[in-house]
Amino acid sequence: MTEAKVIDKVAEEIRALSQPQGVGSAQANAQPSASAPGAGRQEARTSSPPSGMAEPAEPQPRETVVSPHPYATQLREKRLAAEANGRARRDTLLYLDGVTKSFDGFKAINNLSLVIEKGEMRAIIGPNGAGKTTMMDIITGKTRPDKGEVFFNGDVDLTRHDEAAIANMGIGRKFQKPTVFESHTIEDNIRLSLSGPRSVLEALVHRKDEPERARIEEILETIRLTAKRKTLAANLSHGQKQWLEIGMLLAQDPELLLVDEPVAGMTDAETEETARLLREIATTRSVVVVEHDMGFVRELGVKVTCLHEGSVLSEGTLDKVSADPKVIEVYLGR
Amino acid sequence: MILARFLGPRVWILIAAILAAAILVPMANLWLPASHPLHVPSYIVPLWGKYVCYALLALALDLVWGYVGILSLGHGAFFALGGYAMGMYLMRQIGARGVYGNPDLPDFMVFLNWKELPWYWYGFGEFWFAALMVMLVPGLLAFVFGFFAFRSRVTGVYLSIITQAMTYALLLAFFRNDMGFGGNNGLTDFKDILGFSIQADATRAGLFAASCIALAIGVLLVGWLTRSKFGKLMIAVRDAESRTRFIGWRPEYVKLFAFTVSAVMAGIAGALYVPQVGIINPGEFSPVNSIEIVVWAAVGGRGTLIGPVIGALIVNYGKTVFTALAPEFWLFILGSLFVFVTLVLPRGIVGTIDHGWDTLRQRRRARDAEKGEADDAAAVANPAE
Repeated sequence: MTEAKVIDKVAEEIRALSQPQGVGSAQANAQPSASAPGAGRQEARTSSPPSGMAEPAEPQPRETVVSPHPYATQLREKRLAAEANGRARRDTLLYLDGVTKSFDGFKAINNLSLVIEKGEMRAIIGPNGAGKTTMMDIITGKTRPDKGEVFFNGDVDLTRHDEAAIANMGIGRKFQKPTVFESHTIEDNIRLSLSGPRSVLEALVHRKDEPERARIEEILETIRLTAKRKTLAANLSHGQKQWLEIGMLLAQDPELLLVDEPVAGMTDAETEETARLLREIATTRSVVVVEHDMGFVRELGVKVTCLHEGSVLSEGTLDKVSADPKVIEVYLGR
Repeated sequence: MILARFLGPRVWILIAAILAAAILVPMANLWLPASHPLHVPSYIVPLWGKYVCYALLALALDLVWGYVGILSLGHGAFFALGGYAMGMYLMRQIGARGVYGNPDLPDFMVFLNWKELPWYWYGFGEFWFAALMVMLVPGLLAFVFGFFAFRSRVTGVYLSIITQAMTYALLLAFFRNDMGFGGNNGLTDFKDILGFSIQADATRAGLFAASCIALAIGVLLVGWLTRSKFGKLMIAVRDAESRTRFIGWRPEYVKLFAFTVSAVMAGIAGALYVPQVGIINPGEFSPVNSIEIVVWAAVGGRGTLIGPVIGALIVNYGKTVFTALAPEFWLFILGSLFVFVTLVLPRGIVGTIDHGWDTLRQRRRARDAEKGEADDAAAVANPAE
């Protein structure tokens, strides 16, 4: 029996096993409540994934094993583990597991595991050097992790794609320092960011049309810069540049927005406005906000993950995280 | 009307001026008697024809430097390659009229005791083939070079250095007799082009007009490129490359396209230059030449359409005047000109005028707005009016 045949057989077996439980591949995208095969899975999705994955999930009925061959059993177990793993991340939007990245021996990210659900908004806090920006670099393809898995939408392996490809898949990123095209008008900044074909040829023959104008208009409304549409981005205030950059992300029509310190250097009024803007965006998209400003994080009112030395220190509501003695020690101790 | 909006009136004036020169200068040279005050002496025609080629070259550099931010210090190489392709055609046109009278081989090959034409000279007897190579060879080199450089994300000063290294390597290669391009002496002693004697006034006037037309087309092409969405993309790459990448564009392709188009333009400039000066030799690959192109664009104003054209014409006219007056000082003058422009006019001549104009307009607008507010306030204060 060749290996391929063994695999086929095992796959068939698994399919037969999983059918009655209602987790066949056809239901891959079904609601978790409709197909929840066990409590273990629910656990895996909400808490940090490695603990959920370590237990090979669903206790499969061993009696129905058809092939007694040890090799086949081994293969089957491998397959089952992978399936369980796949199920755990299938409904997630962003799934990081055991990610490690070191620069010259310094571990910027150390066995980091993080799960973002579809439609979730998450705040990430942590002292300087906690690895927040490196984490964003890994998600957006700027840096390749040394080890670990990074999946988008359940099954897209982000470590295999470059920045442009990842951006086109629907991950938008705002930099810490506002980065916009200073010599272009606000309108053109957004026009260049609008989702659509990204080829040189298309850009050469591109013509402005009505739907495009309408989309730009809509984004300008959202970021409250309609009145300044013809202004050069260089002439905007710091806060307005931040908003413009967020608007450029929106124009990309992403599923997930990674926002790095959006309120650094903003006035209180601007901070408030930014919180409102992000909450508005979060109604239709997933958002990950990295921020130092605790007042701002409180205003967002979302689940918080605290990073420290490249891995997750604490996770939960802001009150829970800020009451965590480990977090207190990291922020205040030493 | 649409055309006027497309490029702005100033660029159309420039194009009109170039085309007027293409018609009037040859006419004034050929048909006006030498005693006439408007007569253009014969030596002027190829001299200004040469400047026009330089202007096209500066425009090509401006496309990559001014709009995409790639400071190429190797554009002289593309110019020289285009020139060599044209030179090879002109060499084959000599036929049996060379010193050695060999109908099959150029003089320098006979001198080197070569028995037959190297394969890469095949086809250069035909004008269409040479014209194709004028564009293809620089374009292909730029494409391959750019592909590897931009894919590896070589930017800034490192890219400038490797472009400089590229032109230097070509300089050394073309110096070698074994290369089959005439070595140190290059290609010269041209007799005719498309059947017209290269020395004749009428041919030179024709070449001058052709150069002007090529420049006008170049201005139109760069204008169209920079006004399209692609042009906005080029500027986006120049100003914030990583932002462009993170919104899903691939800056390396934007750069590669602009770099290749620019190299083709430089090649055409070189091809028009060679018949007017009558020689092409490895000196054209010299790194100093490539740096001079940068000076022209910087003086005129990079990132503008007319700046590099004006810069190339002014600097080269100045070069002609000063090398006649005080030859030993020319390099000092050129150097101080560059320092002066960098320190005092970082936007170049045209860029500075533009900027001043914009500032003035903004100030006036601000004043008007202020006045309007004052009027409003007055109206509120005196509701009876």
